[in-house]
Amino acid sequence: MSASNETIEQVTRKGYEYGFITDIEQEYAPAGLNEDIIRFISAKKEEPEWMLEWRLEAYRGWLEMEHPNWQKVRFPPIDFQAISYYAAPKKKPGSLDEVDPKLLETYEKLGIPMHEREALAGVEKPEGEKPDVAVDAVFDSVSVGTTYQDKLKEQGIIFCSMSEAIHDHPELVQKYLGTVVPRKDNFFAALNSAVFSDGSFVYIPKGVKCPMELSTYFRINAGHTGQFERTLIIAEEGASVSYLEGCTAPMRDENQLHAAVVELIALDDAEIKYSTVQNWYPGDENGVGGIYNFVTKRGLCAGKRSKISWTQVETGSAITWKYPSCVLKGDDSVGEFYSVAVTRNRQQADTGTKMIHMGKNTRSTIVAKGISAGEADQTYRGLVRVNPTASGARNYSQCDSMLIGDRCGAHTIPYIDIQHPGAQVEHEATTSKISEEQMFYCTQRGIGAEEAVSLIVNGFCKDVFKTLPMEFAVEAQKLLEVTLEDSVG
Amino acid sequence: MALLEIRNLHAEVDGEEILKGIDLSLDTGEVHAIMGPNGSGKSTLAKVIAGDPGYEVTDGEVLLDGNNVLEMEPEERAREGMFLGFQYPVEIPGVSNTYFLKAAANAIRKHRGEPEVDAAQFLKHVRERMQLVQMDESLLKRPVNTGFSGGEKKRNEIFQMAVLEPRLAILDETDSGLDIDALRTVSHGVNALRSPERSFLLITHYQRLLNYIVPDTVHVMVDGRIVKSGDKQLAIELEESGYSLFEEGSAA
Repeated sequence: MSASNETIEQVTRKGYEYGFITDIEQEYAPAGLNEDIIRFISAKKEEPEWMLEWRLEAYRGWLEMEHPNWQKVRFPPIDFQAISYYAAPKKKPGSLDEVDPKLLETYEKLGIPMHEREALAGVEKPEGEKPDVAVDAVFDSVSVGTTYQDKLKEQGIIFCSMSEAIHDHPELVQKYLGTVVPRKDNFFAALNSAVFSDGSFVYIPKGVKCPMELSTYFRINAGHTGQFERTLIIAEEGASVSYLEGCTAPMRDENQLHAAVVELIALDDAEIKYSTVQNWYPGDENGVGGIYNFVTKRGLCAGKRSKISWTQVETGSAITWKYPSCVLKGDDSVGEFYSVAVTRNRQQADTGTKMIHMGKNTRSTIVAKGISAGEADQTYRGLVRVNPTASGARNYSQCDSMLIGDRCGAHTIPYIDIQHPGAQVEHEATTSKISEEQMFYCTQRGIGAEEAVSLIVNGFCKDVFKTLPMEFAVEAQKLLEVTLEDSVG
Repeated sequence: MALLEIRNLHAEVDGEEILKGIDLSLDTGEVHAIMGPNGSGKSTLAKVIAGDPGYEVTDGEVLLDGNNVLEMEPEERAREGMFLGFQYPVEIPGVSNTYFLKAAANAIRKHRGEPEVDAAQFLKHVRERMQLVQMDESLLKRPVNTGFSGGEKKRNEIFQMAVLEPRLAILDETDSGLDIDALRTVSHGVNALRSPERSFLLITHYQRLLNYIVPDTVHVMVDGRIVKSGDKQLAIELEESGYSLFEEGSAA
């Protein structure tokens, strides 16, 4: 192997920075899955009867379903009876001020702001200071706090944990839950519907533009558990919101399951931008441990001229298996998917999107960038479907893969299903490597090898990074540096 | 002491010897040209001096200010003031020209113990240097060499050199692929940067470049060796006689 190839290899090996464990007293559901466990979870959350019934129905459906096997990721069969489906800190906080200091410390360590800043009347924020972000912090199975709730409420915006929403806004939950991702949509969605714990609920009323970014930070802490997040975002007519999601977990040598369901609903002229920076523990360099990130994310552009954008930066998880999708039902609605997925060591990813065109003049854009290093294997899998009703539909897809080293894999599997003769669908795909010529060109200008790799990879991802909210873009860029950085010998 | 001193340099690629014992001495402020037929090893010499890891040095020394550069990584050589103008400049999609140059300038400054460049001052410096090669300002924002025409790429190399202000610039066939106007512009850029503190090593296939950039010394390279050195007159003789004279000579 030549010197520069060696450098690139070294640069792509680097430890995980968020692998610590918070030492806190937690209570668990006993391992295993049956109707009693579901009753236990529902009772813990003091849920109304309809919610329990909804869960049980999902569970019964799940029992009859088979684990899918079409994915291009490999893992030993999951023992669903060995997982504990509920873990929560013992001390229940009443308000933000009462949150266990250890938890606050945890979020501080992760760089998540859990304090609301006092807004001073008449004082402008100094330039360059970060804008306010409202945070819902989910720790294992429960939300431990949500900031800026009162301020948001002034405009009628609801931002709370799913558990709270079930109590306080049952009419909205009942109206929308499971309407985009039905309970029996797929194996993991059914499992999630049966045992889901916390996640966020967002409701933006008619005509309201959410004044700050909303974000949920998911942290898995407990061992031998799974996290089954459930998020529901509704933007009424003319409303808009930008929502961010971040995730980390401790380093453990077991595999932990994160099976989430996220549903987005955009009514007429509404806009939802959903950004994810996923940094679950990826396992060690031999492929031991790490999170199985098996997630169903789907947005429904229900209204005319509505728009849903998914942006994701995926660097973590032992296995990532998800397809954030848009169902473009309203006429003139727009769906977007921008993704950067980095896999290294033994990580595997089978990810992409689905754009389902139903309404007239619907448009979708897909930009997916995959970077594979070490012995990682990555697949872009995407579906573009144009239904017979979708006259004037247009899609543009671009899938680029970058390979680092010679033992990793990248695959692109586009499914295109066109049932309207007027559809315009474009698909472009490239596969490239960081060439020795590029490395030499950079180093010859004085740029060190590590910085050169990060420069080239960031350049490769630029189309996606520029779609991220400002603050997140910086974080994503840093994350990529951390992921790919290492001491060069 | 010479700025660049090459002694008995041997180098190979994939087991095939390309450089078969090069000796060359270049003083500060001098401009040397290396001419030779295709496949004589001119470009290999340029890349070996700059530290391209694709080549293996099997014998000899390359000294910059008396320090052995063969033990340095390419980035260290660059930070010590060595610049290679590439024959085939590489595209780096998504990385703007300005960003790239700033990263390079900062790496060099850090090496010298200087603070990072001030953004506004750097932009001013960059704009001034663009004038030298009459490069369009829009190229600053475009990704490095991506979608550039052949001529734009070559101008961009000279522009980068002008911004980074090396002590030793090695220009590898900068003239190839340039029309006569572009050649004039690029030559003008190089001449403007000639100074008693800066040395140039021009690698070229044709004599015409040397009409615009007049060298102090011309070396003729054939089959991995320098077979003759002389003043600018040698280049003119070469234009008339061709390289075959030397090829036969070296075989004899």
